[in-house]
Amino acid sequence: MSRELSYEAVMARKGEIMRTSVGIDYERYATGILSFDYEGMLAETGYELETIRTIQGRTAVGNTPLVELRNLTDLARSVSGTGKGARILVKDEAANPSGSFKDRRASLSAHEARKKGYPGIAAATSGNYGAAVSSQAAKAGLGCIIVQEAFDSRGISQPEIAEKTRACEAYGAEVVRLSVGPELFYYFLIVLEETGYFNASLYTPYSILGIETLGYELSCQVREREGRFPDAVVATHAGGGNVTGTARGLLKAGAADTLMVAASVDLAGLHMASDRDFNRKSFTTGHTGFSIPFSTWPDRADVPRNAARSLRYMDRFVTVTQGEVFYITQVLAEIEGMERGPAGNTSLAAAFAIAREMDREQIIVVQETEYTGAGKHPLGQLNLAKQMGIDIRRGDPRGNRPGKVIVIPEHPSQIKPVEIDLDRIRRSYLRNALDSIPEGENVTETDIAFLTAETKSEETFVREVIELHERKKR
Amino acid sequence: MADLVAGETWVEIHRVLLEKGERATQIPQDTRDVPLEMKVKGFLLHEAALGDEVEIVTVAGRKLKGTLSAVNPSYDHKFGPPISELSTIGREVREILRKLEGMS
Repeated sequence: MSRELSYEAVMARKGEIMRTSVGIDYERYATGILSFDYEGMLAETGYELETIRTIQGRTAVGNTPLVELRNLTDLARSVSGTGKGARILVKDEAANPSGSFKDRRASLSAHEARKKGYPGIAAATSGNYGAAVSSQAAKAGLGCIIVQEAFDSRGISQPEIAEKTRACEAYGAEVVRLSVGPELFYYFLIVLEETGYFNASLYTPYSILGIETLGYELSCQVREREGRFPDAVVATHAGGGNVTGTARGLLKAGAADTLMVAASVDLAGLHMASDRDFNRKSFTTGHTGFSIPFSTWPDRADVPRNAARSLRYMDRFVTVTQGEVFYITQVLAEIEGMERGPAGNTSLAAAFAIAREMDREQIIVVQETEYTGAGKHPLGQLNLAKQMGIDIRRGDPRGNRPGKVIVIPEHPSQIKPVEIDLDRIRRSYLRNALDSIPEGENVTETDIAFLTAETKSEETFVREVIELHERKKR
Repeated sequence: MADLVAGETWVEIHRVLLEKGERATQIPQDTRDVPLEMKVKGFLLHEAALGDEVEIVTVAGRKLKGTLSAVNPSYDHKFGPPISELSTIGREVREILRKLEGMS
């Protein structure tokens, strides 16, 4: 049966394609105009933490080393006040089979796809997740198709994505490379419909549950070694899965008092769907181009109900500059002997600065590293940046201008994350939620309770924002 | 006459998925001004020359049509030359650590 493949016709079949390819009826979790049973949606997958650990263990996913960065801690202390400078530890997630924590994310999708008899799995991703899905598909004997946004209209590939193309193909996946634009999703739907593959979306319950083991493991590792939980955990923040899954894992381990910090690279001024800006970002993920829109409206994802809901879990949200991340990547290699990243080192740059505010006895954990390689490296990115006319220089990172100037700090004391006002993000989320309410409908008490949980705030705060929104509408 | 590429050869095809006028309305103008292009690799089904309309079978088993754009395409992403702005960072931070050791 051949179906119409025009943009409009395919997008009109989105709901049906999604239901078939994810196997979840999202409608049934609705509990109000806005609210839905988030915990129920995750629980009904039937995967509990210990089961997930067993499934991941079978393909050597997880149980990665927790490495204390003693030299980096000394360096942070050298620029901290008396008694300050927390111990910095990193979870070496590059030790996973495909080289990043994304294996955790892909593992349950592959398991679920196989269990339900799907012939293969597909994912729309230009990042490490593609390599992870391909690797897991190879292990499960499933077909695999990865759809990437890979090159601009001049045919110039983003080097990090080119490396991911190679990795996915190395694991035996078909890689569809597209030029810049959100219509990638349109072609992804065509692939799902044509193949009947499982949609290994980054935002299904399977993806998020798979990351819980990361937060759980690191809490247990710290407790075993130190007799207590870490004081803070920093996660690189993009679509929200990393923060959500890690924080949920911390809570499941009992680390309720651990501060959850989200960190993104500041890409202010660059448009995520711009053909011109595509190769001027120098970062393919972990940046504000994803983290701000996804924090303020998670349901912009490729599934109706995003299981990654970062605002529920964030205690603090900071940005770092491109130059600061490249600097810390170089430092990690040269004084810790670990060549990792660069994008995954966003949280490391933030942690380095946050450690300086904390007491010496405290512990801050950077919850991931990622593999590095040709293209996926500061050299590959900065050489492309030069080619694109971006000025690279040493100096005060405050002078960093995404797409124009990358300023590499001159001294470790210059690394200073910028705080994002979480209340501002919460208000923005609430406005987006309220704007999504159909004409003539009103929020219920159930919705208010849901919105309070969604924003990790107080009911009075939610009511105030609703009132203000109503007043503006009138 | 252009050189012929034998069937079964590993190749890449190129295809325009959406022409300029067919692109989504909510995207920036610079992106709307160019077509949405696709490149996919697979095994060539029948002998053809570069630039011909051909059919391939991908490793996932899909049969796709497009313009033959590359034969046995190479992976050419690289590190490139060292970046001088990064080259001295190691020396600088090791010097800071050395001074600390001297103090303790």
